[in-house]
Amino acid sequence: MALMSYSQAAATALAEAMRADRNVVALGEDLGRGGIFAQYRGLQQEFGADRVIDTPISESTIMGAAVGMALAGLRPVVEMRVVDFALCAIDELVNQAAKNRYMFGGQGRVPLVVRMPIGLWTASAAQHSQSLEAWFAHIPGLTVVVPSAPADNYGLLHSALESGDPVVYLEHKELWGDEGEVEPGLRVPLGSARVLRAGSDVTLVSWSKAVRTCVDAASELASAGVSAEVIDLRTIWPWDRATVLGSAARTGALVVVHEAVQVGGFGAEIAASAAEETGCRVKRVGAPRIPSGYSKPLEDESRVTVAQVVAAARSLAAPGVHP
Amino acid sequence: MARIRAFENAAEIASQGGVQAWGLKTSAKPALVRGPLHLSTGQEAVAAGVCANLTRKDLLTSTHRGHGHTLAKGADVDRMMAELFGKATGSNRGKGGSMHIADFSVGMLGANGVVAAGMPIAVGAAQALKIRGQPEIVACFFGDGAVNRGPFLEALNWAVVYGLPVLFVCEDNRISATTPTGPMTGGAGAAARAESIGVPAVRVDGNDVEAVDAAAARLVAEVRAGSGPRLLHALTYRFKGHVSVDPGAYRDPAEVARALESDPLTIARDRLVARGVAADDIAAIDAAAAAEIDAAMAAAAAAPLPDPASAYTDIQNTGAGQWR
Ligand SMILES: Cc1ncc(C[n+]2csc(CCOP(=O)(O)OP(=O)(O)O)c2C)c(N)n1
Repeated sequence: MALMSYSQAAATALAEAMRADRNVVALGEDLGRGGIFAQYRGLQQEFGADRVIDTPISESTIMGAAVGMALAGLRPVVEMRVVDFALCAIDELVNQAAKNRYMFGGQGRVPLVVRMPIGLWTASAAQHSQSLEAWFAHIPGLTVVVPSAPADNYGLLHSALESGDPVVYLEHKELWGDEGEVEPGLRVPLGSARVLRAGSDVTLVSWSKAVRTCVDAASELASAGVSAEVIDLRTIWPWDRATVLGSAARTGALVVVHEAVQVGGFGAEIAASAAEETGCRVKRVGAPRIPSGYSKPLEDESRVTVAQVVAAARSLAAPGVHP
Repeated sequence: MARIRAFENAAEIASQGGVQAWGLKTSAKPALVRGPLHLSTGQEAVAAGVCANLTRKDLLTSTHRGHGHTLAKGADVDRMMAELFGKATGSNRGKGGSMHIADFSVGMLGANGVVAAGMPIAVGAAQALKIRGQPEIVACFFGDGAVNRGPFLEALNWAVVYGLPVLFVCEDNRISATTPTGPMTGGAGAAARAESIGVPAVRVDGNDVEAVDAAAARLVAEVRAGSGPRLLHALTYRFKGHVSVDPGAYRDPAEVARALESDPLTIARDRLVARGVAADDIAAIDAAAAAEIDAAMAAAAAAPLPDPASAYTDIQNTGAGQWR
């Protein structure tokens, strides 16, 4: 086991994959200096500028070229810096990368990992704070990964690189410095959730940074006599239906929590599926449908809070209402 | 120029302890300015020289590094500083911060968090002016890094196709975040690319405010006369890191030291002295700028934060009130 930050964990996984397979390359802006979050630190020194590629500010061609690289035998990792800039490359991702394998009748494969950090990031305002995971979950052909912890960032990045199809890999900008134990060689299968805390009264489902909010909410609920199960989805497409629905069937109540705007968020998909399949009661906790503001009081309106999660859970798991 | 320098220096100090990317640990000390600040220190002559040739009603689009353009266009310093402090009295009511600083009352249509995104907006604004028969023009600032994004090409071509009144201004500080732009760019950069699609371009020493002013004057006159778009390619240098908390350690210290020797303010001061302007008069300009910025800082610090309820205003009319 080794203690690593969330960004070191990803850099370590990528370095291992690059050592194991000469076809793994990374491309994006500022990678040669380690990337703006240090998530590529040391890689260009080890693998050279041909494999850790500094690019012009050309998002559509970074993404489009990566599709071409993948079709011609490489396994590219694309860095978009923040998901907001990936919108400059949306055709290349959605119409090209995601559709290629199907549209050409399975002749080509696009083994591509696109890293596009999401989330609020202190005072970064409306164009650097979005959480757009639901957009990508909507697109057939894309896998969508949302790690919340260093070990997952290590194990999921390995699995994403091995998956052979396009993966939208969404790290969270406020998690880079988080530290945790990482087991070398770990693989976290895509589509497998992790139960962080067992409970019997209510199921809290979340991903990315909001997982912490749920863990804190579960402690608070415990002191109020409500036993909450906490599930970190880790990938939202595919999502671990068995774990989530099994838990919801046992507790009869499910709260899904995400930092993204609640309207049209992926929480709606989970809540609807859980209600359809298990008949459980459901609540969603997400951001209001407002852009992220710069000033703290405005930005805070977009943050999901422990209090909101506790209130939602208590409203479902109120004593006497439990089946 | 003195006002821009004073503003940037004050903002830089106020941001220490603020948000940190660049692999640095977040400081525990809260900063007066929390958000990322892209300082234009060292690039003042471009903003000042170009904007001296614009009227208050001309329009301007900017980049993430937009304080200088905004000040030079005539924006209110108190409202700008309050915006950086995230206060209700800010030009954007605390919603945008430095990276989105804007003052539409003086034609400044906004800084932008997305590289090159201001360019299509600039040509659209110019097309509106033309369609509506207005005499104003648009100044479109962008960095050297922006020339490698598609919207650069598309916007320049568009301006030629419709013969639009735009002055494109490439503020070439030779670097894009941590990456030197030269090795990432084919050909001779913005001016050469502009000429290849029919936008006449002029290269100028962007640290020489008189040279910038003279070149801008000529190009602005041509644009105003209806000759179509023009491009000014101004060579300058980013004195600070990419953002205010970035020490810029990836740059060669010798290169930085050399660049600091052609400080646009020093060049302008020396020239004024050589022409017989009294040192006291120059010092008075600096003192006035410092006093103005000090007052803006004090006012910003004292101003109220926005009401959280304002997070829900100015989003859209249809459906307002339905947040979930
Ligand atoms: C489309 C897009 N890609 C990447 C970024 C991240 N980014 C912000 S500023 C910057 C460098 C821009 O360089 P340049 O245009 O030369 O302007 P300068 O910062 O030197 O003023 C980058 C890459 C962005 N904001 N938008």
